[in-house]
Parts: sequence; C-alpha cells; structure tokens
Amino acid sequence: MRFPSVCSLLLFAATIGVLSSCKEEKKLPIFGMRDTKTVTLADGTTQVDTVYQTIPDFSFLNQDSTYINNDTFKNKVYVADFFFTSCPSICPIMHRNMKKVYEEYKGNPEVGFLSHTIDFKYDKPSVLKRYAAKLGVDDQKWQFAYGSKEEIYTIAEKSYLVSVTIDSTQKGMYVHQGWLVLVDKDRRIRGAYDGTDAKQVEQMAKDIPVLLAEYKK
Amino acid sequence: MKRKHLLLSIFLLVLTGIFYSCSREGGTSLEQDMYYANGRDLYIQHCQNCHGEKGEGLENLIPPLTDTTYLKQNRNKLACYIKNGMEGKISVDGRMFDEKMPSHEEFTDIDLAQLIVFITNAYGNKQGMYTTAEAAAYLQNCK
Repeated sequence: MRFPSVCSLLLFAATIGVLSSCKEEKKLPIFGMRDTKTVTLADGTTQVDTVYQTIPDFSFLNQDSTYINNDTFKNKVYVADFFFTSCPSICPIMHRNMKKVYEEYKGNPEVGFLSHTIDFKYDKPSVLKRYAAKLGVDDQKWQFAYGSKEEIYTIAEKSYLVSVTIDSTQKGMYVHQGWLVLVDKDRRIRGAYDGTDAKQVEQMAKDIPVLLAEYKK
Repeated sequence: MKRKHLLLSIFLLVLTGIFYSCSREGGTSLEQDMYYANGRDLYIQHCQNCHGEKGEGLENLIPPLTDTTYLKQNRNKLACYIKNGMEGKISVDGRMFDEKMPSHEEFTDIDLAQLIVFITNAYGNKQGMYTTAEAAAYLQNCK
C-alpha cells in the first residue's frame, strides 16, 4: 500500500512540474522601429540581429536645477510623459492617475517616473519644483524634466512617439497626447497607456512587474 | 351631514399631503433635478479633468469641491469664478491653494446655474436650488 502512494505522489509532483514549466511566460511587446544588423560571432560565423528603437542619450534640467540623463534611470524601468504645469485639460487627470502608480511603487527602486514639460517658456525648474511639491512627489523617484523646445519636442515625437505641438487657438496653447510611455532597462518602449483612462493606467501598474520579471534571471 | 364634511376634509388633507410629499421628494423640486442633471453633464465635460470624478481635486494643486462651508460662504462668487476664472490664494478644506483656474466665458447664465446646482448638491453638499436669475445677479458684481 505504501509503495503505490509514494508513486502517485511522485507522479503528482512531476505533473505539476511539467505544467508549470509549460506555462507560457507573458512578455510585453517591444514598440518602435526595428532595424537589423549583421554581427560576427566568436567562431567567425555571421548572424543577423534585430536592433530595437531605443531612447537616445538625453540631458535635461530637473526640478532641482541639476542635470538628469539616461543614467538617472539606469537599472530602472520608467514611466515617461509630456505635460505642462498650467495645463487646463488632460494633465491633471494624467498625473492623478500616475500618482496612484507612483504610490504603489514608492518602495521599489527599480521603478522611476519622468515627466517632461512642453511649456519651455513658463515651466522653469523652479516652477516644476513647486508643482512637484504640491503634487506630493518631490523626491528623486519622480523627475520633472525641463529642456529647450527643440530637445523636448524631438525626443517626444521621435523617441517616445508622443505627439506634441503648439496651437495658439487651443486653450493653454500646448497640445499633446496623454500617453504614459513605459520604458525598460534597455531603453526600449514596452508599453503606451492612455494616462487619462484609469483602466489603462491600472493595466500599466500590472504590466510593470511583468517587465521587471524579465530582468530577474 | 357634519360628519361627512369632516371626513371629506380629512380625506382632502391627506390627499394634499400625498401630493406635496411626492412632488418634493427628498426636498428637491423638479426644476432643481433638471438643473442638477444638466449641470452634471457640463461638469463632466468642462470640470472633471481637473476637479475629479468625485470632486476630490488633485493634492495641493487643485482644490476639492467637497468643502461645503467654502461653497456656502462663496455662493455669491461662484458664478464669477467659473465664468471669469480665478487666481490667487484660497483656503479650501483646510489647505492653501494658489493656482490659476481657467475662465469659461462661453457659459451662459443658465449653464452657470445648472453647474452650481450640481456642484453644491453633489459630493456631500446639499445646498438646494440656485436659479438662473441668481447667477445673472451675482455676475453683475464680479470683481
């Protein structure tokens, strides 16, 4: 009697093992343009690799008037967006939603936040500082970036794939999309969520651990 | 005969009572309910992004609409604030706010009245009717 029960126990354990190893690991997609490059391996043979679009080198002033760059987000996945402090339309709701995610990952050093202002005339670092303090996020975890119009608008459109423009017929003048862009530790875009939609932002909060899991090997 | 009169008058009294309680259910008039419903539409369209789905505002940047005392004390200024925008320091919910609220010059008197009926009767506020005439009168005295 004892022998078969041990057998069935083993069988049970094996089944579990097989099942769990079969379970497909969920991965987030990689966005942006792709290119290929031919690399030569150590043994002399060549192979074609995919080159993914990445966030290029940047350097902006933050709310403390110190420079931040890609290294500020080294070993972090981060959420990037474009806004301006006097925005009367979608920014408050974006940052209300983003703040919830910020609170959720407050204790996780592998998660960062980066908001770029597109109001290069008014949103100087001191204004960003005031804004951050009032939003209750004035720490290094959530960076507010100030740069020239050209730098910010170029990185928005070309790298983060967020459309921003100036339209004097619009209230508040600056027009931008409300995407929250999720960037991985290799500077690749792994998600874009409508920051004005609480459901999509919730999804982003759920996707962050999935992305972090890729680096836990 | 006398008894019949008495019964009839009691019956009438009860009937009036029923009518009265029905038409003023929850202490609101039909007009107020209509203003409230239209005001809610305007709120969702023009105010909710900043002031929030529950009137909660945003941290220390955008004041909440849940401070009943503030709304009551500034009843005569609300129409001006919404139509012309406002800036400068205000104390709401025990906190100081010092941001700019954009103007909404396109709002008519009735829009303002409907919006104010909604705001002052939602989010735990219960301040009753606010008429279009009231909005028009208060707008005369905007600073």
